[in-house]
Amino acid sequence: MSFVNALSAEFGKIFSTRLWWVLAIILFGYVGIAAVGIGFALTLTPEEAGVQLPDDFLAPLVYSMTTATGYVFPIIFGALSITAEVRHRTLGTVFLATPHRAVVLAAKAAAGLLMGALYGVVGLLGSVGAGAPVLAANGQQTLLDDGDTWLLLGRIVLAMALWGLVGVGLGVLIPSQIGSIITILAFTQFVEPLLRTAAAFVEGLAEVGRFLPGAAGDALVGASFFTVFAGATAGPAPLEWWQGGLVLAAYAVLFGAIGAVTTWRRDVT
Amino acid sequence: MTTGQTLVFDGVTKRFGAVAAVSDLDFTVEPGRVTGFLGPNGAGKTTSLRMLLGLVGTTSGRATIGGKVYADIPHPMRSVGASLEASFHPGRSGRAHLAVVARAAGIPQARVGAVLEQTGMSPYADRRVGGYSLGMRQRLGLATALLGDPGVLVLDEPINGLDPEGIRWIRSFLRALADEGRTILVSSHLLSEVRQTVDDVVVIAGGKLRYVGALAALEGAATTGSVVDSPDRAALAAALTTAGHAPQTTAEGLTVALEPIEVGRLALAAGVPLSALAASGAGLEDEFLALVADPDRGAEGGRA
Repeated sequence: MSFVNALSAEFGKIFSTRLWWVLAIILFGYVGIAAVGIGFALTLTPEEAGVQLPDDFLAPLVYSMTTATGYVFPIIFGALSITAEVRHRTLGTVFLATPHRAVVLAAKAAAGLLMGALYGVVGLLGSVGAGAPVLAANGQQTLLDDGDTWLLLGRIVLAMALWGLVGVGLGVLIPSQIGSIITILAFTQFVEPLLRTAAAFVEGLAEVGRFLPGAAGDALVGASFFTVFAGATAGPAPLEWWQGGLVLAAYAVLFGAIGAVTTWRRDVT
Repeated sequence: MTTGQTLVFDGVTKRFGAVAAVSDLDFTVEPGRVTGFLGPNGAGKTTSLRMLLGLVGTTSGRATIGGKVYADIPHPMRSVGASLEASFHPGRSGRAHLAVVARAAGIPQARVGAVLEQTGMSPYADRRVGGYSLGMRQRLGLATALLGDPGVLVLDEPINGLDPEGIRWIRSFLRALADEGRTILVSSHLLSEVRQTVDDVVVIAGGKLRYVGALAALEGAATTGSVVDSPDRAALAAALTTAGHAPQTTAEGLTVALEPIEVGRLALAAGVPLSALAASGAGLEDEFLALVADPDRGAEGGRA
């Protein structure tokens, strides 16, 4: 069946180049350092910071460093699965083997989801693997014997998978590699944090702010700076976790659908 | 191997905005023969081949392979192999590239080793493509085209970047494939490059068809000339001039627009000894250039 063949080929491509493990190593290190840093900062100085955190909030916050700092990785990986083919002019060969382009796009979407989930697991190895010992050493609860914590970890993996899917959607929407990466970095590192901060203070924006991709992702995970401190500021509550997941998936589908009927149908010259 | 199929271009036209890249192409390519698809750079060769393979949409008309458009062929790479621009992900090895394409096309992995062997790429198969020479990329492109053991091969400028030994190899290779009954379509911007390989030629220029037919017929239409030399070159030149065929002096000797047998007779009659005498292909090349340059010219013996 051509979808199974196309999916198998996608994984063949992914694991025959270095990108996937280079990104995995950086993600692991980055998330691990962030988890250790936040763990130390909040266990040592919770009172001085002026914020009273409930005891059972610290561990989820540390573990969710996977999505809080690492969600850009699956987006970039997903986008590169499209833009690298354009950049290296390999799309022609791909379409010769699988002439029905929708099948290729579906395979890339599935691979983006699965690789996102894999990055979720890698991120958790960093945030839980490095964060939990720091918590334990400082006399905090690791909550690893709590079923809710494992549900949280599951939602983190799901969120990373959906970010991978969003990446594929972005890649097909903006097939230029440089354009795609700049858009991702500018939006996630600058535009959205600014919008979310504005949304927290400007009347009327808060309702819309909940539907920004990053806010939806945080709602899905259910633990991050923004959601933890949301209680402190007035305004509508964040989306339910499943609503957050649906909003993220909707972004992916929207980007992918627009890309599918525009750039993906272009002549391959 | 699947059987060779007939390729049919039926009124194929492609416009990019107001620019007509290809206009109303009508020709067929037969199995068991090597067909050269010739024309200068920018003539529309690559666009035509990409339309045949479904990578570029036609504005009007249809290009089919065995009566089907590419997307309708089940397991297309088992029927049609193509090498277009020899571009690959630089970080992947040649072997991994072939393995990926085989997976996508549903072709057994055992074929990977077979085509590497067939194209002489086995020694380089595990190096990353980023370090390949253009000739090695061409061979890898050809290996990709051969993966499905297809009855139809479509190759865009496959000789570009090959060294002389590679050119000799690909000529005999394509000949052998055609002799097995496959359909071979090879584009080139140089007639001389494929002249020794092709049976038929399709010539386009400015997106329009200029000539379709056997190479032999085109050769017949061309005035044949000779390259000739003598220890007494002045006497030879005088004899030719007297007979009304002004020769030109070149590095190889004298060229004259006269068949070798006539040159030989003249020299014998004049008592001039010859040190060299050969047919010159310049006539054919000139005919080709004239075809390509003049939009209204059609060659004799052509089916255009």
